Amino acid sequence: MTGAAATVARPAISGLVRRLPEILMIWVPLLLSAAHLISFSIWTIWISFTPSTLVPVTGWVGLRNYTSVLSSRNWQIAFDNLLLFGSAFVLLSLITGLMLAILLDQRIRGENVLRSIFLYPLAVSFVVTGTVWSWLLNPGIGIEKLVHDLGWSSFHFDWLVNRDMAIWTIVIAAVWQSSGFAMALFLAGLRSVDGDIIKAAQIDGAGPVRTYWRVILPTLWPITVTVVVIQLQFAISAFDLVRALTNGGPGIATQLPALVVYDLMFQRGQLGRGAAAAVLMLLILLAVLLPYAAWRYVQRQRVTHA
Amino acid sequence: MRERGFTPSRILIYLVVSLFAAAYLAPLVVVVLNSLRTNEEIAQGSMIGWPQHLAWSNYAKAWSGFCVAETCAGIRPYMLNSALITIPATVISTLLGAVAGYAVSLWRFRGDNWIYGIVTLGLFLPQQMRLLPWTIVLRDIGLINTLTGLVLIHTIQGLSFTVLFCRNYYVAIPHELIRAARIDGAGFFRIFWCIILPLSAPILIVTVIWQFTHIWNEFLYGVTFTTGQQQPVTAALIALSAAIADIPQHGVQSAAVIIAALPTLLIYLFGGRYFVRGLTAGAVK
Repeated sequence: MTGAAATVARPAISGLVRRLPEILMIWVPLLLSAAHLISFSIWTIWISFTPSTLVPVTGWVGLRNYTSVLSSRNWQIAFDNLLLFGSAFVLLSLITGLMLAILLDQRIRGENVLRSIFLYPLAVSFVVTGTVWSWLLNPGIGIEKLVHDLGWSSFHFDWLVNRDMAIWTIVIAAVWQSSGFAMALFLAGLRSVDGDIIKAAQIDGAGPVRTYWRVILPTLWPITVTVVVIQLQFAISAFDLVRALTNGGPGIATQLPALVVYDLMFQRGQLGRGAAAAVLMLLILLAVLLPYAAWRYVQRQRVTHA
Repeated sequence: MRERGFTPSRILIYLVVSLFAAAYLAPLVVVVLNSLRTNEEIAQGSMIGWPQHLAWSNYAKAWSGFCVAETCAGIRPYMLNSALITIPATVISTLLGAVAGYAVSLWRFRGDNWIYGIVTLGLFLPQQMRLLPWTIVLRDIGLINTLTGLVLIHTIQGLSFTVLFCRNYYVAIPHELIRAARIDGAGFFRIFWCIILPLSAPILIVTVIWQFTHIWNEFLYGVTFTTGQQQPVTAALIALSAAIADIPQHGVQSAAVIIAALPTLLIYLFGGRYFVRGLTAGAVK
């Protein structure tokens, strides 16, 4: 009590000086981080309304950059690809991850080694993943060539250079890289299921399949939502993987929003349109994240009121 | 789920799991094997094959021999760049994140929840929203095309993750501990140094591994803000495959890919437990 009284009695200035190192240590990093997030977002949004081309300029063109991006073939293909890639990638990595998690949950030998094998792709960069898969899927040197050399000469696996199928090569590489993430979260979920519920189900005569389907899997759906949102977030901003695997080709067949942004900003010198495309990416992301945030909020309310 | 013996259903489980494990390992195995085959050998057959004799020279060439855009120094300078970007950015962002996380969770001050909330928005804001502002800022402060510029970017952006990780870890520390230390006259830094830091090893390892892996593997900023000799290794790999597209040297390229992936793979190998903890900690944000 006396200590607190003494602090108050002391001149406020000297207290402030004494605490200056800690104030700086706390506030400088936090303020820099927060300030850059807010100001950079506003800055990019502002540029998206200006007629900027090679350099940022002031001026106001309203929604012209947006309409020109939205009406460009490049963006339309990128958006269609995002819908296809996003849903196929998320669905396949969910299914693969859940299946692997269930299999690993069967008290099998070597579980640790297997888990490490399914997770190691996450430690590798998308550039490396994309490069390696671009070799494997290249019909001239990869899997198709191998099968031809083995004697099956009519075998065809040319998705990488096939306009209609090339987007699926990105799905394959992305699922390979990040289904282990879904597996890790699902496995943690399976391990935290209450043993008594399972026992009760078994006493009631439910077989293993029925126990999983009716009792265990329904408890996993909050994890499923989290996995979907995180994987979608990756899909929406996917850049490195595509750059290394197909570079948007053949032609612009595997164009994705992040590539359109980069192309407009740094290759065509269309800063205004590039910024507009970046803001559109943010809006797509918000369309996923805002419902998720609302859902999380409701969940938390329910927990605190229960 | 109790049975242990080799019933048909268990054999099926092992079979399926082994098939998947083989599929996940295949790309790594293919690249390792290719890194030991000569370019001619790969050109005659396919990328998938067993080395006839071990061509270790691929690694020497990849490390310090091949040419990217007129400079023939191999992948070594770019590995050095990546190290000079990744190590300082990891250390600084982890330290600042630990102090800030400690302040937000245990010290409490006016506006702490607000600032913390804004900082964690950084987990979601796409890089594309920051590309142009960073370009302009880096140009204005003279750090465009420098390693220091990338250290700055990765430090500031990394804070969103490091503050989140540390804050979530420190909130579990009982407040009485801090209150008791304050009554004994210990200040902000003394409590951090003597009480918090000794408890922090697990979360610092998770944070360091997370930051190192992400910064080492980062590509977009590297390729946007640096050119030529200043590029990190991810950008150099892309430049390499573009540079030798005419006369492919898949053996040397495979060796280069292995070298570039090695630091994060080794970290995963030795710190896998902490790596996974980081993944799941980031997921519960």
